[in-house]
This record gives sequence, structure tokens and C-alpha cells, in this order.
Amino acid sequence: MMKKLIALVFATLFSTLALAQEAPDALIKQVTEEVLEIVRKDRSIQNGDAKKAIDLVDAKVIPHFNFQHMAALAVGKDWRKASPQQQQQLASEFKTLLVRTYSNALTSYKDQKVIYKPFRMNAGDTDVLVRTEVHQPGNKPVQLDYSLEKLDAGWKVYDVNVAGISLVTNYRDQFGQEIRNGGIDGLIKAIAAKNKALEGNLAKADGK
Amino acid sequence: MMNRSVTWKSRVAVVLAAGIIASGGPALADDVGHDPLEGFNRAMFAVNEGLDTVAIKPVAQVYDFVTPLPVRAGVGDFFGNIADFRNALNNALQGKLADAGTDIGRLLINSTIGIFGLFDVASELGLEKHDEDFGQTLAVWGWDDSSFLYWPLLGPRTVRDTGGWIVDINTDPTWGTINKSVAVRNSLVALRFVDVRAALLPTDKVVEEAALDKYAYVRDAYLQRRRNQIFDGRPPRIDDSLD
Repeated sequence: MMKKLIALVFATLFSTLALAQEAPDALIKQVTEEVLEIVRKDRSIQNGDAKKAIDLVDAKVIPHFNFQHMAALAVGKDWRKASPQQQQQLASEFKTLLVRTYSNALTSYKDQKVIYKPFRMNAGDTDVLVRTEVHQPGNKPVQLDYSLEKLDAGWKVYDVNVAGISLVTNYRDQFGQEIRNGGIDGLIKAIAAKNKALEGNLAKADGK
Repeated sequence: MMNRSVTWKSRVAVVLAAGIIASGGPALADDVGHDPLEGFNRAMFAVNEGLDTVAIKPVAQVYDFVTPLPVRAGVGDFFGNIADFRNALNNALQGKLADAGTDIGRLLINSTIGIFGLFDVASELGLEKHDEDFGQTLAVWGWDDSSFLYWPLLGPRTVRDTGGWIVDINTDPTWGTINKSVAVRNSLVALRFVDVRAALLPTDKVVEEAALDKYAYVRDAYLQRRRNQIFDGRPPRIDDSLD
């Protein structure tokens, strides 16, 4: 009995370790395919159920992202002026904004295929780029790249690039504008207000 | 007919040239950065948003709704094939001769086996599609920084890319060389315009929801995308280290 238990503990430990050590390209592929598989079978997401899409992203995608780093990148130089508490708030509001808006992309899924570009990394690398491409009949393929960093908890995504546009740094000027107008707290308020408005839309769509 | 279009184009060219001279100097203050004409641009952006809401988007939505996917794919491939001419020309001008060769190969295969470009057979055969235009060529030739400009109908550009666009339409078979009929040309240009707009429909909602300031969001996305295109999808990293 004891032996079995110990074996089980070790097995769990090793499989967790294996997941954390998983190569970054394999991680991206595994998560992408898992999410697409669910969307392919889920009519309500395909028909525009935003809430369901958000739940899916929350469950499957979010654990692999480092939102603290993403918020820092989006804010730029002013990040160092923010207190640890403000940084936490920024990361949390920014996360909500990104999840809300980009979960939407899943609801416009139409037979796209994701191609994984050849990936190379050196043994000691802690910061890598995984390149993929989304193919759709009649449209040019869209480049979709992920920047990942190696943390103790495994590889985490800190930037997503669509057709060369970073979904993170594309906020730099807008955030800078808010900071110039109302400081770090002004920025936190602005993102929170945006999130609230989006939540209102979501509730309205739900009520229909 | 030919004359009229030439005069029209040269008039645009004169107006743009004046604009380029007026705004060509390097941006002075830091906070103006890449957008010294922000006031003008925001006004044009508002005009375009209005036009889009009342006229362009509704047409694109109808087109999107009534056109079955295979037809959409055919239309996309047809214009994609014509664009391979531009790709070949600009790859050659940028000194990427192997890429230009691929583009010509694609053009030959798709125009024949692909039935006037309606099917992208070349991609199936593994000939990679490129994305080049004269604005990118100008950037490769050294004009790498340029002020942002927002035009009604045309949308986001820079001063450099507006000049590039004028060269593009003058070397574009859709606009000039292959068809002698103005009606056919206009129909093709209009169809392409609607097709391009329709392809952007899914992103509308994302931009609407994601942006704190829609104008700034669109501008910065355009500038990032152009940088990516200029470096053929592999731009050098901007050093962003915060520590």
C-alpha cells in the first residue's frame, strides 16, 4: 500500500516536472490544438458565445501567461514608478482586458489551420520566440508569434504578435497618454472603466 | 479615358508631394514622435469612421453574407495572383532576386494551371507567398522613418507609404495595363476594395473593444505591422529591457 502511494506521489511529481520542463514550442502546440479542438466541437462558441470563449481561455490559456511581465512591457519606462501594489492592479486589469477582447477571436473561428514553424533553441536559452501561422482559404496566412520566458514554474508567454503587431506593446502610447493625464492610478482607473464597459456589453448580450 | 486617369493621378501626386515637403522634416519633440500631424490625422480618421459606418461596412457585410466561402477564396486568390506581380517587382528592386524568381514562378503557375489566378496552386506546390510593395522598397532603400498619415478611404499610411502606394497603383495590372475597359477596371478595383474590407470585419470588434483610444491603437498597429513587413516578418527586437 505504502509502496503504491509513494509510486503515485513520484509519478505525479515527475509528470508535473515534465510539464514544466516541456519545450516551449511543444507547449504552444499542445495548448493551441487543445483549444481549437474544443472550439471545433462547440457550436455555441462558433455562434458567438463570448462568455463561453472567455471561460475556455481562462481555463486553458491563462495559466501559461505571465501578466506581470506583459503589463510591464505595455507600460514601458513608467512601470518602475508604480508601487508593487499598483503593479499588481495593473497586471490584473490588463489581464482582464486582454482576455475579454481576444477571446472574441475564437468566436470568429472558421476552419483556420495553424502551421507551426520550425523551432530552434540553444540549451541555456531562457527567452525564445515560437512562430506559427494561421491559414484560411482565400486570405493571406497570418503570422502568429509567441515570446516565452523560462521561469521556475516553466515556460510562460509574455508577448503575442499578430501579423507583426504586438498585442502588448501596441498599448504603450495609449497607456503613456493616460499616465500623463492622471498618473499610474489614472491608468488603472481607465483600464478598469474599459473592463466595466465590456462587462456591461457581455451582460447585455447574455440577456438577449 | 487614359488621359483622364493620368491627370487625376498626377494631381494626387502633386498634392501629396506638397504634403511630403510640408511634413518631411524630422519630428522635433519627443512627444510628437512618429505622428507630428496628429490633429489632421484624427480629423481624417473621424471622417473615415463616418464613411465606413454609413457606406463601406454595410456593403462589406452584405458581400460577406452572400458570398459563399469558395467564391471568397477564389476572389482572394485572384487578387493575390495579381499582387504577385507587385511582389516580384519589389523583391527585385530590393535585391532579393531569389524571392522575385519565386514570385514570377507563382504568377506563371497560378495564371495558367490556377485558371487566371482563381486557385493558388503555387502555394500547394510549396512556393512561398510574399508581401511586398513600393513603400517597403523605399524603406529598404533607406527611408526607414516616416511620419504617420491617415487618409479617408485609403486609411492608415505614412508619408513614405503614400508615395509607395502611388507607385503601386501605377504598376498594378488591375489599374492599368491588362484591361482596356474602364468599366471592367472600376469593377475590379471596387470588388477588391470590398473584399479587403470584408476580410477585416472580424477584427472590427476586437479593435473596438481592445482600444482605450481607437485612433492610437490603429496607428500603432499599422506602424508595427509595416515594420514587420519591411523586415519580412523578422524585425530586430527593440530593446525593451526594463531593468
